[in-house]
Amino acid sequence: MPETRTAHRSRGPVAHLLRFAVIAYLFLLVVWPVSLVVTHTFENGFDALRTVFGDADTVAVLRLTAIAALIATAINTVFGVGISLLLVRSDFPGKRIVSSLMDLPLAISPVVVGLSLVLVYGGTNGWFGPVLEAGGVKIIFATPGIVMATAFVALPLVIREVVPVLQEIGTEQEQAARSLGAGPWQTFRRITLPSIRWAVVYGVVLTLARSLGEFGAVKVVSGNISGQTRTATLAVEEKYLNWEQESAYAIAFLLAGVSVLCIIAVSILRARADRN
Amino acid sequence: MTAVDLAPGRTGDTRPAGALNRASAVGLGVTMTWFSLLVLIPLAAVVATAAGGGIDGFWRAVTNEQTAHAIRLTVISALVVTAINVVAGTAIAWVLVRDAFPGKALLELVIDIPFALPTIVAGLVLLALYGSDDSPLGVDVANTGTSVYLAFLFVTLPFVVRTVQPVLEEMEPEVEEAAASLGAGRRTIFTRIILPTLTPAIAAGATLSFARGVGEYGSLVLLSGNLPFESEVASVRIMSAIENDNPAAAASIATVLLIVSLLVILLLDVVQRRVARRA
Repeated sequence: MPETRTAHRSRGPVAHLLRFAVIAYLFLLVVWPVSLVVTHTFENGFDALRTVFGDADTVAVLRLTAIAALIATAINTVFGVGISLLLVRSDFPGKRIVSSLMDLPLAISPVVVGLSLVLVYGGTNGWFGPVLEAGGVKIIFATPGIVMATAFVALPLVIREVVPVLQEIGTEQEQAARSLGAGPWQTFRRITLPSIRWAVVYGVVLTLARSLGEFGAVKVVSGNISGQTRTATLAVEEKYLNWEQESAYAIAFLLAGVSVLCIIAVSILRARADRN
Repeated sequence: MTAVDLAPGRTGDTRPAGALNRASAVGLGVTMTWFSLLVLIPLAAVVATAAGGGIDGFWRAVTNEQTAHAIRLTVISALVVTAINVVAGTAIAWVLVRDAFPGKALLELVIDIPFALPTIVAGLVLLALYGSDDSPLGVDVANTGTSVYLAFLFVTLPFVVRTVQPVLEEMEPEVEEAAASLGAGRRTIFTRIILPTLTPAIAAGATLSFARGVGEYGSLVLLSGNLPFESEVASVRIMSAIENDNPAAAASIATVLLIVSLLVILLLDVVQRRVARRA
């Protein structure tokens, strides 16, 4: 059967059918629905966006969302790079378990994440909450709770990008630097960091996208107080349920825009890295 | 040169990179403390709160008719959606790797959208197409059990695709060509060569997809209407228990989800180790 020799390269009817089915599926499931956020937002030109940016409460919502996401991303970046280095470059008892536990947040419902934080840091009945509040530190129903919920949910993203790269680059260069007299910090800054740079950048961008869009966990810990602890995703729900659909779509459009830009940024960077 | 230059001039240090030096010991302490405060202690609190009501309280909470229905709906829809993802995800990965056509790079981008798009926005846009009176398709599944499947399909789309794709990329066409030249038909090549190679990756993607579905919340709040015995999922039940100031019940349902997630993680670990061994 010589015609089957290049089976997977031929563009037979099956291949065309499969291509068509995949495109149709993705169009119906993702492209068409997501495109509607654009059409609904600009139904009346820029009115919806103007309303959103003209409303002091909504601007406060957007500011809080950005601040919480940036802090959570910063924390997760430092933590993620640190734990990745430890997991790949050192040996310590329980390493396997720690490594598995790092993926745990991916498999936990955001609502459970929120609940777990309330049970520990809640001001009235939490394990540590009352003590912390007596000391003037309010976590639940305040910005720190939002940051923690966001950091929890997005925790594995930096690690999952950095660990494979660290494993791949190996330790030869680092050992060479060490044997030439470089200290650990110097080795990290001059050798390790430049080689994991792009992985860190992907991780940061993905973390930022995830942080800006966190909903369930933040809903539990924030208290959803307008102007104080309401984030953008909570505002989308609130506005939609209050028949302010135009504003709901406008905020959703901003959120969707940032997340799509994040994906585009990562894909451009990856394509460039592949070419080099 | 820098302040943290802990061991300048330690030439001839031929220790394996594995040993814990002082800097990494401190680093380990700091990161594990943060991880405990952020993840481990809170999750322990969930389990402890669930156990606090005794086994009776736990059992009563999770076998409550409405809750049991919600858990069943969640697990069944997550399983069905994962089965769909296994087929659709593998097909998508196949097209992305083996097919070539203009606009393919755009499809790559589309796959990642559900991963980065806020879940509340996902629910909103699905509602706009599949669940409103002015739906361009004339379809309205809002407030039905079907909407749960739809939301799960959307948010879990990337997992199987993204685990299968790299394996497919690394497969050498020579093996398939050799099989073909020995007379194997397309079907034989697919079931005997391609499928066995992809199975671990498919399994890994499937477990991620299942875990994500089981815990999904944000995309459902607007779409499914959260009708008891109809479209209410487990995470929505937890949310209502929290809002009704019943943390024990919330923690009990959460513990059931945690156990499911933990089993999934263990499974994923086993699968990944098997992949590593094969490679």
